[in-house]
Amino acid sequence: MTSIPASVVRSPSARLGRALAHGDVPYRLITVAASIVLILLVVSFGLMLWITSAPTRTQFGLQSLISSDWNPSGEIFGSLPFVVGTLLTSLVGLAIALPFSLSIAIFLVELCPPRLRGPVGTMVELLAAIPSVVYGLWGLFAFIPAVVKPLGDFLLKLLGTPTNFIYLPFLSGPFFGTSIFASGVILAIMVVPSITAITRDVLLAVPAAQREASFALGATHSETISKVILPYGMSGILGAIILGLGRALGETMAVTMTVGNVSELPTSLLNPGYTMSSVIANEWGEARSLLHSSALLEIGLMLFATSLLLNVLARLLVWSVSRKNPDQRG
Amino acid sequence: MSETKMSTASNGSTGAQANDVYQKMHAENLSIYYGKFRAVAEVTVPVREKMITAIIGPSGCGKSTLLRSFNRMNDLVAVARVSGKIMLDGLDIYGTDVDVVEVRRRVGMVFQRPNPFPKSIYDNVAYGVKLNNTRIRKGDLDAIVEDSLQGAALWDEVKDKLKQSGTALSGGQQQRLCIARAIATHPDVLLMDEPCAALDPIATVKVEELMQELKKQFTIVIVTHNMQQAARASDYTMMMMMRSDRAGEMIEFDQTKKIFTNPRDKRTEDYVNGRFG
Repeated sequence: MTSIPASVVRSPSARLGRALAHGDVPYRLITVAASIVLILLVVSFGLMLWITSAPTRTQFGLQSLISSDWNPSGEIFGSLPFVVGTLLTSLVGLAIALPFSLSIAIFLVELCPPRLRGPVGTMVELLAAIPSVVYGLWGLFAFIPAVVKPLGDFLLKLLGTPTNFIYLPFLSGPFFGTSIFASGVILAIMVVPSITAITRDVLLAVPAAQREASFALGATHSETISKVILPYGMSGILGAIILGLGRALGETMAVTMTVGNVSELPTSLLNPGYTMSSVIANEWGEARSLLHSSALLEIGLMLFATSLLLNVLARLLVWSVSRKNPDQRG
Repeated sequence: MSETKMSTASNGSTGAQANDVYQKMHAENLSIYYGKFRAVAEVTVPVREKMITAIIGPSGCGKSTLLRSFNRMNDLVAVARVSGKIMLDGLDIYGTDVDVVEVRRRVGMVFQRPNPFPKSIYDNVAYGVKLNNTRIRKGDLDAIVEDSLQGAALWDEVKDKLKQSGTALSGGQQQRLCIARAIATHPDVLLMDEPCAALDPIATVKVEELMQELKKQFTIVIVTHNMQQAARASDYTMMMMMRSDRAGEMIEFDQTKKIFTNPRDKRTEDYVNGRFG
């Protein structure tokens, strides 16, 4: 039996004194307080949007979601064109960004010489650092005239003309340049960095033992990538895509400058449109009536809720990949 | 260590005539480099058909590096290169016109830690088969999967849950699944890199018993840290040591019985008797 020396045993007050002296208590207080403030902030966002959008919610109910009549001077607020515009621009953006992001991520992790991996990865991430208003300017004055307009005209002529053998109504005119298609392409460039970066991290988290197992069975590199590495990281890649979708849904400035801002239900991707974030940005200053500002706040609420949900879902999926490493199981 | 000697003595499969057995593979003057560092130096060793050849030696002496050169897994390390030859049925697997994919199909591998794919048990075993034969009929594939799981002594435990994930099995079962996966493509040679290092004693015994079954069909090369395992399970043993320049060299190769009872080299005797390593 050995007893603890008396000098080691401290009274509770002495322990508290020591904790204070070494800064444990203040340190804990500061970090906990900061975290609580952040949680309160998110809650108050939702609460504020819910309360301030009450007038339109009570007056129109779900009607505002299925009506495409947006007439502020007539006090009629149907937000369907914006919902549709946001969904279409985001989906076009995602559809274009996805093959690029996957290819870049696979290149960076699997094929790129190690010396180039850092520089190329950084270049991709730098795309995310460009302010979105600069994307808007560049899109409007350089990218749309040089690339989107000719490409759109080509698609219109090839597939969007009713007299053609193949006629796809969602590629019909009129086409002026600024359009859902143009915004989608620019959104694609804007979300490529985030999807690429997360996909790269997900692929890097695939254990080397999985690669080796596949190679040892006589698989080629491309078979290993498509049959082992991508399936292993699939839920994480899905998370990256959803995170990219979340970014595209909320993107405001670049879209407002390139989408055309026409509050009619678009019938074609080449038509100009309007998005939820754009209408808030454009009309906030002139929303004099209670109902008008309430309608904009309701759109804000929908955007907020959607992005929040998508982000939670995406992070759960990304997290599931790093967690399922079989090496850590018994 | 008397236990070791007893079990070696009872291992009757290594007769005196075994030296005449066909050399399925052999390394000739083989050196392996990582950049400028030489990890394995000038190894010449035979691998006899349908025999178990054990590679033993202290940590860091290049056992695994040597093993991984037998199916060119070292190719995955960008800075790794070899000099010398590794012959498989008279063909140098490092030759210029050799397809590395074909080498790995003929020389399968089981790793230190079980590494099943997060796919079903069935798909784990079928993986390599489907790579080589994309149009295989469902019935044929079913038969190969069953044969392989039988061959890995796992069939009875998993036959009712082939659709379950391979990663949900126990560690010992996972390793036998990896063995089933490796033999499903009918390789000539099976490389095992400390296959029992991550397993409990009971699972280890099962894998060792399995090896005795497998050698009826396959030529096996196993790296092991476990002297008893080498003594019990192998027919031939190769002893490696690290030289003063840190390169691994082979200091002795012989029938396992001789290595464990009457080694020529004093260092081998000290090592197998547990005096170092």
